[in-house]
Amino acid sequence: MSIPASSPATGVQQSNDHYDVEAVRADFPILAKPMNGKKLVFLDSAASAQKPRQMLAAMQALYEDHYANIHRGIYDFSVRSTDDYDAARARVARFINAGHPGEIVFTRNATEAMNLVAVAWGRTHLKAGDEIIVSAMEHHANIVPWQMLREATGIVLRVAPIKPDGSLDWDVFSKLLNERTKLVAMTHMSNVLGTITPAKEIARAAHAVGAKVLFDGSQFAVHGGADVRAIDADFYTITAHKLYGPNGIGALYAKRDILESMPPYQGGGDMIERVTWEKTTYAAPPNRFEAGTPAIAEAIGFAAALDYMESWGLERIMAHERELLEIATARLSAIPGLTIYGTAPQKGAVISFTIDGLHALDVGALLDRQGIAVRVGQHCAEPLMDFLGVHSTIRASFAMYSTADEVEALAEGLEKARKMLS
Amino acid sequence: MPPSLTLDELEENFDLLGDWDERYQYIIDLGRKLPPAPPALHDEANLVRGCQSKVWLIAEPDAARPGALKFVADSDSIIVKGLAALLVGLHSGLTPAEILSLPVEESFERLDLKKFLSTNRGSGLGAMIQRMRQIASATAAA
Repeated sequence: MSIPASSPATGVQQSNDHYDVEAVRADFPILAKPMNGKKLVFLDSAASAQKPRQMLAAMQALYEDHYANIHRGIYDFSVRSTDDYDAARARVARFINAGHPGEIVFTRNATEAMNLVAVAWGRTHLKAGDEIIVSAMEHHANIVPWQMLREATGIVLRVAPIKPDGSLDWDVFSKLLNERTKLVAMTHMSNVLGTITPAKEIARAAHAVGAKVLFDGSQFAVHGGADVRAIDADFYTITAHKLYGPNGIGALYAKRDILESMPPYQGGGDMIERVTWEKTTYAAPPNRFEAGTPAIAEAIGFAAALDYMESWGLERIMAHERELLEIATARLSAIPGLTIYGTAPQKGAVISFTIDGLHALDVGALLDRQGIAVRVGQHCAEPLMDFLGVHSTIRASFAMYSTADEVEALAEGLEKARKMLS
Repeated sequence: MPPSLTLDELEENFDLLGDWDERYQYIIDLGRKLPPAPPALHDEANLVRGCQSKVWLIAEPDAARPGALKFVADSDSIIVKGLAALLVGLHSGLTPAEILSLPVEESFERLDLKKFLSTNRGSGLGAMIQRMRQIASATAAA
């Protein structure tokens, strides 16, 4: 299902002159809503992005037009809902350039996708002494499932460090790889530092020692546009709500032969082939991993959100975000006492920082009262915070609807917060 | 020690302060005016862990009123420290039974400060209130 976006107007921006950010903003109703009585400056899209009306309309249209439970329905609405759901899977497959829609498993989010791999693949294929490598800049979602797998099987978890600029320390990482390495599970873009990891090189190095490779694409997918076949990823995880889509749905990509080698993750309807009291046989992937009624309308919303992004063009969205990141980096760097964490050459549109003498929470609370939404805290990455030697940071993140004016509002908001706090 | 305070007084104070800049300035000033914490306050055992800020809390018998408790708190965030000072002012000098029946969440909701009391980690203030109540319960049971 595809609902056309508003057609881009002409000639507003300077360097990305087909990209009309005001027309984009007009598609996101929430951006016109004040917060605390002030004009909203929403700089927390890395936590969850706001939603275009085209996505909302697609979900509503399903519910109002031909909604029914999917699979095995004999009647028209069920067949059409099933077709929409299958088309959504194909849409997600196309977005990350998977070879086949059957390599896409719908999950609740990227976290569930990683847990699915840890349980269904990890407990089947790994044994005590096998090694998994993660990086020092992982989200808890790419740490804790492997720790739970370690408790269950006795695998060894190794951590590849990062350099002071937030890039992966390749020398140490490559020395950690050995014949016991069975999986490299790494972020494709850090939610704190913005670092984009060299996925293709990581995959090549992992494959050279016979290991599989998983990328947590939660952040990268929206800022970079992932291509799982170009990377040669074995597993790739994404989540719809960071891609301007609905909450409650994400996807696991896995190569077909790997999915086929994995037992079910959960039991129930939709994942079976035949059930008897003596023995139940399981459906083929991806249904094997989608027990119970799935998030049908959310899958359709997910696809509509991807259509929406592509209606503007991923390249143009990325160019817009790169420009904002440059403006923000320059503007914030000029604020005395402000330290930016994450200055890797390959970096997506998030910017984490602290200000000398000011607590991140105090700054965030005072920005909130000015209508400016940022995230403060540890960003679900406590080990990284320990490495950086900070208790918490302030993070501003930019999306397809962010503007240079909002960067300026943030900078002025920070000056005001400093004045009140010092 | 911060002055003792009732919920009514707190709400009146907030009404007198016009806009949010002034309210935050009032909270920040409360945090600044807290006397330096005694070193023992920062022991790990007194830490109420929040995701975004740390809060430390101790309780002791209130010498001025038999049966009552008094509290000392600190935070690494100045706003949370100011709010902790408010909470200390509200709860100190009360008996365990009085502490357990104090409708502090409702009051914070009216003042639009509820976001600071999230018990899901957050600032640590929600956990601080819970710990004050646990101490009150334990004292009442002893």
